[in-house]
Amino acid sequence: MSCTILVFVKQVPDTKNVTGDAMKPDGTINRQALPAIFNPEDLNALELALQLKDRYGAKVIVATMGLPAAAGILRDSLFRGADETVLLTDRALGGSDTLATSFALSRMAKKIGNFDLVLCGRQAIDGDTAQVGPQIAEKLGIPQISYVQEVQELGDGKIRAKRAIEGGYEVLEAPLPALLTVVDANQPRPQNASRIIKYKKAKTPSEVAAAKGAPASEEELAALSAKGLLIQEWNAAYCVPQDEFNRLGKAGSPTNVKHILSVVLTAGNFQEVAPTQEAVGNLVHELIEDHTLG
Amino acid sequence: MENTAIGNVWVFIEQEGGKIADVSLELVSKGRELADRLGVKVEALLLGNGVEHCCATLFQYGCDNVFLAEDPRLEPFTVLPFAKVIVDLIREHRPNILMFGATMKGRELAPRVASEKLSGLTADCTDLRIDDFEDQRNHIVYKDKLMQIRPAFGGNIIATIVNTWEDPQMVTVREGVMKMGEPDATRTGTITRVTPALTAQEMVVKVIERVRQEKTVNLKGAQIIVAGGYGVGSAANFKLIHELAKTLGGQVGASRAAVDAGWIDHDHQVGQTGVTVRPKLYIACGISGSVQHRAGMAESKKIIAINTDPAAPIFSVAHYGIIGDLNQVIPMMIKAYKSKA
Repeated sequence: MSCTILVFVKQVPDTKNVTGDAMKPDGTINRQALPAIFNPEDLNALELALQLKDRYGAKVIVATMGLPAAAGILRDSLFRGADETVLLTDRALGGSDTLATSFALSRMAKKIGNFDLVLCGRQAIDGDTAQVGPQIAEKLGIPQISYVQEVQELGDGKIRAKRAIEGGYEVLEAPLPALLTVVDANQPRPQNASRIIKYKKAKTPSEVAAAKGAPASEEELAALSAKGLLIQEWNAAYCVPQDEFNRLGKAGSPTNVKHILSVVLTAGNFQEVAPTQEAVGNLVHELIEDHTLG
Repeated sequence: MENTAIGNVWVFIEQEGGKIADVSLELVSKGRELADRLGVKVEALLLGNGVEHCCATLFQYGCDNVFLAEDPRLEPFTVLPFAKVIVDLIREHRPNILMFGATMKGRELAPRVASEKLSGLTADCTDLRIDDFEDQRNHIVYKDKLMQIRPAFGGNIIATIVNTWEDPQMVTVREGVMKMGEPDATRTGTITRVTPALTAQEMVVKVIERVRQEKTVNLKGAQIIVAGGYGVGSAANFKLIHELAKTLGGQVGASRAAVDAGWIDHDHQVGQTGVTVRPKLYIACGISGSVQHRAGMAESKKIIAINTDPAAPIFSVAHYGIIGDLNQVIPMMIKAYKSKA
């Protein structure tokens, strides 16, 4: 059986490595200093797609919505084994919350069409909401299986997957097309050396234009496409009907950010206890005295 | 926008085998507080089969009414039928606020409901308040909105979010952060029976196998937690952490790094992707103290940090800091406790 797997990925600031330069003197974050990375669980989703490709001969399309620079993680996906890539980038998408984001991504999916599976990482490390996957599924009117650890069977218009639940696991079976959110339960394969050599030349039309300082011609893009080196670049109008534009970006987002407070790492006001038997003994005694220790 | 006859505060009740999840009772308690502030009722959504006995508990914690949907197709929990029942109820009764626990179930169910209802949804809230909101761009003042407060950006910022679209204002709320009230055995309420309007369309996902066991560790209820991090160094070395916990009558916690290293089970993990705890005493051993970890334990009454690195961020939340090797310090603690207790 051959099928088409659509993987949604996101480029995120590396919030897990907020150290050194990333901290401003006042203890707040300097976001610009954070490297942009491939969202970790999206790499798990891509890996699962590539495993299914190895097992069943699927076509893997990786899609993202973001700034033009997000083409970087699409190239990375090609290095690891993706077949096609699509970038949706448009100012109209700025300020999207999870509802507006899932709406835009669902329209991307519809435009791509004929997919059997949609895979997403469980959540992105910048927002940690885990909402976009289930919301895309709802917008597409397809079932979801969240927190997938492995796919046991794919075929006959069905998928059977093992997924985590609180205190255990479940094996669920859903008809295709279905959406899966994937957790950190596999080891993403590294970039493949020969694919790097081939796909490092993969570019979006904007990148081609930037490199030569003039818009890319139809012929150039067709030539790139024929070699599999074109990263498709869509604007919102390409996949979203005009009368649905009010569902994009800030206009399509029910949530407003009222206030942002940076978490300031205060200098330690702790009482220092020497690592000696006497000092530790006194501390333990103090905690027994005030009934912290019983 | 005029605020006429606002709806009630709703809490989705999570249950497993007829046992209500702690987070749901925490939310009923919080819901009571919000509803009293707004002058509305607290109503629970209880879905399952053979779960009517849960209603009494829900009343005792502050619910005025329980929407009870019982159907064999609602056991075990699956997303699609649950979402259908809840969306139907929202359309009929128009609640003002709808809260879910930010559990694995809550986090897959709430977005499905929010997406269908076109409601805003804020994930993983750690605080909720009622306040007015001024949309400065459009010069609109919204009265008595739900301030949805949550950490974002890996816990490096705290954002206050407001949902200005049509109600309900939906949130998932992290486990263990809202205080569970005391049950009042004299409180009662009403039960509104709901007949689920389920079709084959909602029943397409089949549960082939389901394996689960009750957690063997109860970190949320623990008064004393001894937690180990990457600095513990090895699985074998973790027995020191267990030994100290056992001596002090506490539970064993861990940072994500220790769990990822395979030294201890995920059930023990404290922090943003684990459990939020607020014990009387938290002893952090060899834990550097990432924002994600601190988010789950900073509210502890007393924190002792043991770390060889004086620059470790864990010291920023510690009340007592021991800059030293846990392999030496922990045996000192055990010795001191045994000789003095």
